Amino acid sequence: MTRNEDPIVTTAPMDVTRLLDEDDLLPQLVAHLREHRTRLRQEWAARIQQAHLLQAMTAQEMAAETTLVYDNYVEVLETGSVEALQDYARDLSERIIPRGVETHEVVGIVLLLRDVLARSLFEKFQRDLPLLNRVLDAYEPAANRIANTVAVSFVDERERVIRQQQDSIRELSTPVLPVRERLLILPIIGVLDRERARQVTVQLLGGIRKHRAKVVVVDITGVPDVDESVANHLVRTVDASRLMGASVIITGLSPEIAQTLVTIGVDLSKMNTIGDLQGGLEEAERLLGYTVTRSENGAGGP
Amino acid sequence: MTAVPRLFSILRQGPYLIASVHTALDDSQLVRFQEDLVHRIGADRARGVVIDVAALDVLDSFGSRTLRDVAEMARLRGAVTVIVGIQPDVAFAMVELGMDTGSVLTALDLEEGLVELDRCVAAPPVVPT
Repeated sequence: MTRNEDPIVTTAPMDVTRLLDEDDLLPQLVAHLREHRTRLRQEWAARIQQAHLLQAMTAQEMAAETTLVYDNYVEVLETGSVEALQDYARDLSERIIPRGVETHEVVGIVLLLRDVLARSLFEKFQRDLPLLNRVLDAYEPAANRIANTVAVSFVDERERVIRQQQDSIRELSTPVLPVRERLLILPIIGVLDRERARQVTVQLLGGIRKHRAKVVVVDITGVPDVDESVANHLVRTVDASRLMGASVIITGLSPEIAQTLVTIGVDLSKMNTIGDLQGGLEEAERLLGYTVTRSENGAGGP
Repeated sequence: MTAVPRLFSILRQGPYLIASVHTALDDSQLVRFQEDLVHRIGADRARGVVIDVAALDVLDSFGSRTLRDVAEMARLRGAVTVIVGIQPDVAFAMVELGMDTGSVLTALDLEEGLVELDRCVAAPPVVPT
């Protein structure tokens, strides 16, 4: 605390109240905020409504949450420990993110509270400017840290949700489906980038092992485009499948992909390609020795 | 014969030899494996060989070349070779290493390999191209 040793400040005789220890400031401040808790909290809630924030919440929820945030806020000011607040913020984020609360709203309400409290401090201490300065010096770093903690917790939680969703999309997006004994289909839908191509390889080779597949039909009807590295990756995957004793049939190459592949010169001579999934399944059944016949009395229609 | 314990076994099953690799082999052991196997094909008058590599989770370029060479040598000695049990990672690595997969017969596991051998040996001699 270099301020206490500052010679300029000590040149003039001073009021005793100004000689308050730095350490006494925060408790005094906290006491003030506790004393006016109800009024300040209501003021804050009104400001939130004015700013049209948190409209996804009901008035009751608002009252409950604002009280909790307020108490947590004052507690952090008092103890200086943000850990409890971190937990609370994470918990709050978990509850409100699914209801569509945006980052700017969360940051907004915390900044509003910071503002409301700063104003009340200003009112209380405005007659004594040096003391007000010191109060704000004590208050502002703590308040900034709180705002920072809440925002970071919220964003962290958001990112966690996004990551989780990405993972599940990735898993859903390359299902390996057994159709008959030793026959798998692997439909690929959507953009096939390098990461996804690697995923397809893992699923395909793993699926061959797991289901003891002899033939796999990879249907890429739903893939809009591929680039050279992805195409080469596919070719290698087909080769690797052969090493594991399975043959791969690629179906549903779109005209665009066919043109791209030939233009960029990917060697597809070893690939077994068939126009559509139906043809691919028929070829696979032939390879496996199945014959599918339609029975006379079976399919009559309604 | 050296004192190094064998890390592979070569068993006879009817007209076939079943060669299992138990663990990752270093280069000198691979050479020994190759010599033993090629020798046994003649000694046992084997018509087919199954090489089971299911225990391998890595395979370097020398290893994959040796496997290919063994298959070719076996063919010259009158036996068809099927490599079985290649793990997904190993399969992909072999392709990345540029191994020409068309030149060797492969199958999922031992059982499939024997079926494949039956098919190849019963039919007029099949020469993988």
